[in-house]
Amino acid sequence: MSNQTMAVQISPVQTTVNGKAVTIQAEPDTPLLWALREELGLTGTKFGCGVAACGACSVHVNGEIMRSCSVAVADVEGKSVTTIEGIGGVDGTLHAVQQAWIDAQVPQCGYCQSGQIMAAVALIKNTGRPTHAQIDEAMTNICRCGTYPRIRSAILAATGQAAAKGDA
Amino acid sequence: MADNPTLDIEAATPSKRKGVKRRMFLAGGAAIIGGGLFAMGYADRSARSGAMALTTGKGESSFLGWIKIASDDVITLYSPHIDFGQGSQTALAQMLADELDAEWTKIIVEQAPSHMGFANVALGRAFLSEMVGAGIIGALPTSMISLAARAMPLQVTGGSSAVRATGQYGFRVIGAATRAALLDEAASRLDVSVSELTANNSIVTHSKSGKSLRYGELAEGAAQRNLNSETKLKSREEYKFIGKPVARMDIPTKVNGTAQYGIDIMLPGMRTAAIMMAPVRGGKLQSVDAAPAMAINGVEKVVSLDDAVIVIAKGYWQANKGILALSPKFTDGGNAKISSASILADQMKLNNAGAKIAAPAGGKLLMSEFQTPFLHQAMMEPFAMAAHFKDGKLEAWGGTQDPLTARKMLAEAAGIGFDDVTLHVTLMGGGFGRRFPPYSQILGQVVAAAKAVPYPVKLIWSREEDVKHGAYRPQVAARLQGGLGKDGKIAKWASDYSQNDDAAAEGTVPYTIPEFEARHHPYISNQVNAYWRSVNASQHGFFNESFVDELAHLAGEDPYQFRRKHLPAGSRHLAVLDTAAKRAGWGSPLPAGTGRGIAIVESFGTIVAEVIEATIKEDGTPKILRAFAVVDCGTTVNPLNAAAQIEGGIIMGLSAAVGEAITLDSGTVQQSSFPDYPVMSLADAPPVIDVHFIESGAKMGGIGEPGLPPAAPALANALFAATGKRVRNLPILAQAMA
Repeated sequence: MSNQTMAVQISPVQTTVNGKAVTIQAEPDTPLLWALREELGLTGTKFGCGVAACGACSVHVNGEIMRSCSVAVADVEGKSVTTIEGIGGVDGTLHAVQQAWIDAQVPQCGYCQSGQIMAAVALIKNTGRPTHAQIDEAMTNICRCGTYPRIRSAILAATGQAAAKGDA
Repeated sequence: MADNPTLDIEAATPSKRKGVKRRMFLAGGAAIIGGGLFAMGYADRSARSGAMALTTGKGESSFLGWIKIASDDVITLYSPHIDFGQGSQTALAQMLADELDAEWTKIIVEQAPSHMGFANVALGRAFLSEMVGAGIIGALPTSMISLAARAMPLQVTGGSSAVRATGQYGFRVIGAATRAALLDEAASRLDVSVSELTANNSIVTHSKSGKSLRYGELAEGAAQRNLNSETKLKSREEYKFIGKPVARMDIPTKVNGTAQYGIDIMLPGMRTAAIMMAPVRGGKLQSVDAAPAMAINGVEKVVSLDDAVIVIAKGYWQANKGILALSPKFTDGGNAKISSASILADQMKLNNAGAKIAAPAGGKLLMSEFQTPFLHQAMMEPFAMAAHFKDGKLEAWGGTQDPLTARKMLAEAAGIGFDDVTLHVTLMGGGFGRRFPPYSQILGQVVAAAKAVPYPVKLIWSREEDVKHGAYRPQVAARLQGGLGKDGKIAKWASDYSQNDDAAAEGTVPYTIPEFEARHHPYISNQVNAYWRSVNASQHGFFNESFVDELAHLAGEDPYQFRRKHLPAGSRHLAVLDTAAKRAGWGSPLPAGTGRGIAIVESFGTIVAEVIEATIKEDGTPKILRAFAVVDCGTTVNPLNAAAQIEGGIIMGLSAAVGEAITLDSGTVQQSSFPDYPVMSLADAPPVIDVHFIESGAKMGGIGEPGLPPAAPALANALFAATGKRVRNLPILAQAMA
């Protein structure tokens, strides 16, 4: 290789991902998204736009919803990161929101759904039983397949507000 | 591995017929490019045995390659259609299960390998008449039709074709034929007559003796028997799975992050690449100084292509940084003067050359001009493919809407033979027409990257490159003229439209009009004109159904009643329209400032009417309150999923109508990502969509696309009802509505 230029300092970032302490070896400005995907192999978190516009990369950082394409890995030092791979039980049981997604048959291509589920989990944690207006405000992730009515009904069903077995 | 000795479902040798318009069906009947037949050296039988060798292991028996039955009763269906959310793989399993009397819980669906043995014969059977002409096809026996289809690299996912073609002509027939072979085998083993046997849940039972045999026990013997493609199919009353709401098989992996898309491929030693293409389509790379990229930590190689530059690095972030550090010089290919405005001016001039019509005696005349912009598919997963070039062979990973053609193009790009390419097909994060191989620039690009380095490399397009270098729905202008007779009915209709291809099939309307004419004025811009969900039906549905509304207004009539008057009594169209109006409460009072719009469009063999209720918000943007759809696709295989497809189609149609446009200035696309190419959000989508199916039992139509075309005109018509302002140019946000 011809790039014998001086290497940029890579300072390891200590963080917790899905309950496990990890050390990420990446340049500090690397977006958390690419560290999760390429360093830790957690590919459930998706790249959609890189400018925090679509939400496909949504994860929780210390319980708050964040778009990981726009969070530098250095900024999660000492924090706790949860991805789609980490919201269910360790025994593989699904989170109630994941189950609601299956019951309402939400995903189509599925690419945005990790982010949608992470956003929904955060919304429900913050509001308990979100109103339609709160769902409108919080669920800003883009879905090109147009699964929005089912996302809405799944959130309502997951919070005991509607029985939505596949019914949009 | 067993193999059936005679096969009249398939043929023994491939046809070398040339000039077949194999993509015709994708546009819903309009003549598109003549893709031609793929000159393959395989005899069909060797292709099929090759396919079986790929998929069939010990204790497994294959039936034509498309299904296999294992000794533990597990039945595997190989789908020639990719899954990108349309749910057809589950629907195909339902169709197979019904004809085969299979145990549902033991059916699994796998993606068919991109191997010629898995060329989609059924698709050819269904659409060959559109491809070569009904006259020719009528003279051919079924085996000849299969033979012609088999010679094509036909593994397309598109044209809303999976269920109505592959299901109807493929898996139902294979299921019935395989069931018959299993019964024959059981009869022979039990030494009884077939008529004394019943099949259910993958078990054949002889009730007189109480003996039974599992499919897993019978499969090996059955696979040695003849399969008869003329085996009687079940009637509607006998279906156990077709028409029932079934949970889609692909969904569980899509809620826990384990579903694997092209972008998720990780290989040992793999590097990641980013790309920058010539900003003006048709431009070439003149020069690039690689040094600034090479100075970035992790960057390993800069690769110059004819019209692009690729940076290969340890990870995507570094590769993209490398791209951003470069200042490549590109030519403009002579296209720097092209703009959306110049295209529109050219197209309007062409349309205006069309003859003017005269007002019917004692009647009225109306002329309106409509415009629709270039549209981007905006699939959520940008192009991403991995490839490894080693010892003259290429291995590639990624999603595509036609794996066989993609494999052929990969081979051509690499300068190697078809047999030297292995393509591992992954899920796709959307497609909507974008991932057809001829428009998938990434195929050639990933090969160039792979040939430049000894290790595997994954090329990922940034969202900016994805938006700027799309293969768009064409920009189209139309001029419509209509004449109302003295009786207030449409006596004459003439449309002039300017776009790349002839949209004769989609330019029609379901109404009875004595004099109807649609004139195509060919116009080719410097952009690649590709497929966008529902293809030409999207813009022509908008033109025609908006104009009918205008004629209703001119006639002083209610838009729904006016449409009724022009539809034949007892027709499927009338039933769909009436049901939509009824479910939407057409005619019931609405608050001031809120309007209701109706539209009906037939596309891909399916009739859909939609009613939208909408208003204009204080900021002048539309607010969609409610949406209703009534659909007649003949028979729904999985109503749960079919409804999802209609919902998705409506939202994509509304999204485009409200805000989406790709515009050109100085030959360059002006949009670059979601902030300036606004895909509809949850808050702006109708909170609930009422979808209702009419099970007419008519010839099966498609479901993935037909929900889309009525959405834009129904919204525009609703806004007219709400505001008195007629939307003739899309998107709506580009004009003041308040």
